[in-house]
Formats: sequence, structure tokens, C-alpha cells
Amino acid sequence: MRPRRLTASSNSGTTSDSLGRSVTALRPRFRPTNVRRRKEITAAYLFLAPGFFLFALVILYPIVRAFQISLFNWSIVPGTASHFLGLHNYSRAIHDPIFWRALENTGFYMAVTVPGQIVLGLATAVLLDAHVPGRGLFRTIYYLPVVTSWVVVSLLFQYLFITDGGLANWILHDNLHLVGHNIDWLGTRWMAMLSLGILGIWKGIGWAMVIFLAALQGVPVELKEAAAVDGAKAWARFRAVSLPAIRPVIAFVTVMLVIGSFNVFISVFLMTKGGPLDETQVLLTYMYRWAFSYLDFGYGSALSFILTLIVFVLALAQLRLFRRPAEAHS
Amino acid sequence: MVVGNVRRAHTVMSARLVLLSAGAVLMILPFAYMLSTSFKPNALVLSIPPQFLPHQVTTSNYTQAWSSNQFGHYFVNSLWVAVVTTLASVLLSAMMAYALARFQFPGRTVAFGLILVGLMVPGLMMLIPQFLLAKKLLLLNSLWGLVVFYTGGNLALNTFLLRSFFQDIPWELEEAMVVDGGGPWTRFWRLILPLSRPALAVVAIFTFLASWDEFTWALTIINDPSKYTLPIGIALFQGQHSTSWGLVFAASAIAIGPVIAIFAIFQRQFVSGIATGAVKA
Repeated sequence: MRPRRLTASSNSGTTSDSLGRSVTALRPRFRPTNVRRRKEITAAYLFLAPGFFLFALVILYPIVRAFQISLFNWSIVPGTASHFLGLHNYSRAIHDPIFWRALENTGFYMAVTVPGQIVLGLATAVLLDAHVPGRGLFRTIYYLPVVTSWVVVSLLFQYLFITDGGLANWILHDNLHLVGHNIDWLGTRWMAMLSLGILGIWKGIGWAMVIFLAALQGVPVELKEAAAVDGAKAWARFRAVSLPAIRPVIAFVTVMLVIGSFNVFISVFLMTKGGPLDETQVLLTYMYRWAFSYLDFGYGSALSFILTLIVFVLALAQLRLFRRPAEAHS
Repeated sequence: MVVGNVRRAHTVMSARLVLLSAGAVLMILPFAYMLSTSFKPNALVLSIPPQFLPHQVTTSNYTQAWSSNQFGHYFVNSLWVAVVTTLASVLLSAMMAYALARFQFPGRTVAFGLILVGLMVPGLMMLIPQFLLAKKLLLLNSLWGLVVFYTGGNLALNTFLLRSFFQDIPWELEEAMVVDGGGPWTRFWRLILPLSRPALAVVAIFTFLASWDEFTWALTIINDPSKYTLPIGIALFQGQHSTSWGLVFAASAIAIGPVIAIFAIFQRQFVSGIATGAVKA
């Protein structure tokens, strides 16, 4: 096959006959013969094949299979038949109050963590977007939670949020006297969801910050300086110059964080286990319970599939939302 | 007026530093406290007021964590899985990325579209079918089961990142090798890979960390304690000794040590890798 750039250059040669002649004269050997073209196509497939085979086997096939399993009362015992149920597992979810609670909790987690990470990540990036002494050090520190495993930070926050003797209560109650009694962080539904949200924000600020910082550094200095000369106040300047310039990046970060928030699993699984009494289930912990504690793979798969649909719809809706005003400008 | 401006700039900078430092303290405090707890005897882990610098320092948590629960063993398992996964995933995704970036062939757009689908789909939605697949392939309860699925799971992102990097390599360089009779394989090994070292480093680091930290899949398919990786080892350890926080955090410190070391060494590649991925997308 013909590599794309070569195609492009020979196309440009066809704009005029006289030029076309000179292009062929200059590059006669890049007119691939049929034999060579076939060889190159074969090579491309050989490069693609091993990886793509594995990708298809462990990712694409399971995606399709998840939908198929969700239509069955799946039997995990070898030799026994699985019963086809149609969409029964889906209507079961609609009538399952804990599913709705898990959805609500996941939505709450999203509503807390996405704005939290964006606002704090952006604020940190703006603060770092100058000749601040120790900038590299700050960046490292803010990024540290991002590279630390979810297991470790979940256990760590569980420890910090212990009611009697935990560091969070000691600071808020014994030290700052902001609260009258020790807070039961992980024992009640909304406080637990809030604690999980705090962990989610803390762990994700660094990721958002790194991306925003790169985007801010791409904003032309002349633009920022022109606004500074105009005497625009810092906030107005930021809104008028930097914010529109990094709009696509904000869109990207938002979409990724929304997807990420629907994927919340390990922290809930380890810190509250979905309890007390299923009060803090999120979609994935609930799915995991049905699949691997009750071995109901059909219902578990239906829950997974609903999650995927929600993520896709949200991602598409956001891309639309962010795209429209940008197109209006251009 | 100039003096005023300088003074104002000075104030602004101080304000920046104060805010950044306050944030940095909040970021680092949990880690510092974790480290301090890992050196405390168990009687002190929940003492009020908390002891940031324990009055009584002990390293027994580390020796106990390392010996009693086979943490040395988990460490070796994690390392083996992460290294093999990284090598396999980087090689396979570099090959795929080369095909997608430099060749025109039937099915190319479809293949790339499917890779994007793989990027978008939430990883855990495939857990059940993947479990059934692993069962069929006799990969349950085996470290190879981790390697195969981690490698496949990292391919989409790695291919995506490498493809955009390969596309930016000037075609003229490859052209020169074509003139000298270099086939695709030679061009890949002798030209594309050596020129892509920074991108390969980024992808390798991401893959290594993702495998090193992965929890859910390992929890799902591994039962045999001799095949635990560090994340399951630590989580189950906490389940068994729910109040031995010193032990739990000694084990955690052992697990995140290599991560922080890698991050500290390759910080620049990290940051540029994340930023390119995002800004390109």
C-alpha cells in the first residue's frame, strides 16, 4: 500500500499537467507497482493482526457478549441450559429500588466529583501558570494521588474518616471546633457518599491540573498580554481570553471525568462495601454483587449494559453541548 | 507607579504561593500520616491527639508485613505481571499503531473506529463475559490470566497514543529507507521505534502502573493466595486485620514505593504524555 503522505504529494502534482510531468519525473520509483502495493497491504495486516486479535478477543467480543448474557437467565453450571428471558432482566432493573438508589448515588458522586475536580484542577493550573518558584515540586505533589493505587488511597481515607480517632474528626472537632460531635463519615448514606466524593476529588485534582496547565500554556502570550495592557482585571481577563481558548480541553476533561465517575468502584467496594444495608451502592458495586456474590450473571450483565448506555448518552450529549457554541463562533 | 506595579506583582505572587502551599499540604498530609502510622505500634494508631511523629517508633510493621503474609511473594507476582504486560502491550500496540498510522488498507477506518469504541466503553462492563472467557481459556487463578487481559485492556489507549505520535514522524525519513530497499519491518524496527522512544516510554510507564495497581480483575479471577498481587494482598489483609492499620500501611508503603520512584524519575514524560493525549483528542 501507498502511505498517505505519498498519496497527498502526488495528488498535489496533478493540479497542472506540466507540474504533473515534473512530479513523475522526480519520483518515478514511488509509483508503487501492483506487486509492491500488495506486499505493503500484506505487511499492514501482519502488523495489525496480533494485537487486533487479542483486542477483539478480550474487549470487543466481551462487549457483544455482555448484551447477549443480559438476555438470559444465565446458568454458570456446565451442562445446564440457560433460559432466554428477552428483556426481562432490564425490566427487573426498572422495578428494583436498589438499582435506582445505586443510580442516584452514582449521580450524586458525579455531581460532587466532576465540578470539584474541574474547579480545583483549573484553579491550581491557573496558579501554576506563571513563573512560580518550586513549580515542578508543586506539580509533583498535586499529581502524587493520581499515580497512587485506588486500593491504597481507599484504605487510607477509610482510616482518616474513622469516627473515633480518625484524623478528619480530630481536625474538625477537637482542633477547629467546627462540628459539635464526631461525624459518622462512613456510617450514613449521604455522609458516606460525600466522603467518597472527597476522596474522588482529592485523587483527581492532579490529573485535571496537568491537562489544564498544558492547555493554558498553549494560550498565546500576546493574547494574555494584550488583555493585561488593556487593564482588564485578572478575572475578567481570564474569562475573556484564557477560558474561551481552553474550552475544547475543558470539554474533553468534563467528558472523561463524567465517564470516570460512573466507573467508581474500588473506593466504594473497600470503604463502605455498598452498606450500610445497600445505602451506598453505586452501579458497579451493585453489579459486582449480583454477578459474583449471587452468581446471577444475566442480571449483572443487564446492569453493566445499562451503565454503558448511560455513559454513551452522557458523553454524546456533552460533546454536542460543548460543540455548538464553538461552531457558532467560527 | 512602576514601584506600585512591582509591589502588586509581589503581592500576587505571594498569594499564589500561599494558596498553592495550602493545597499541597492537603495533598501530602494523608500520605505523611500514612507513613507515620506505618511506623507506629498498634496501640497508637488511633490515639487522640494523633501523633504525627510517633513517640515510639517501630519498624516491626514492615518486617511483619513482609514475612507473615507473603508480601514478598505478592511483590514478585505484581512485578512479573506488570513487566510482561508492559513488554507485550507496548510491542503489540506499537505494531498496530504503525499499521494504522502509515499504511492505507481496506478496513483501516473500521479497525481504528473499533479501537475508539474500546477506549470509550467502561472497563468493568465486560467483567462478566471476560470472566466466562477466562474460564473457558483455563486462565482463572493464573498469573497468565492477568497478563493476557491486562495486555488486551491496555491496547486501545496505547495504540491511540502511539498512532498520533507515529503520524508526526516525517515521511521523508521513511521514504529514504524505501529507496534503499528497506521493507516495512526494517523501517519499523530501525526507524520508527528508535525515533519514538519518548512516546514508547510514556506508554510503557502508563501500562506498567495500570497493571501494578489493578485490583478488580485480579480480585475476580485469583483465589489462590500464592498468586495474589499486591493490591489484592493489601485489600484482603485489611479485611482480616481491620484494626492493624500500622501493618496495612506498611504493606501499602511497600506497594506504592516503586510507583512513586518511577513517577519521580519519569515525571516529565508522564506530564507530557497525559497532556498530549488530551490536547490532541
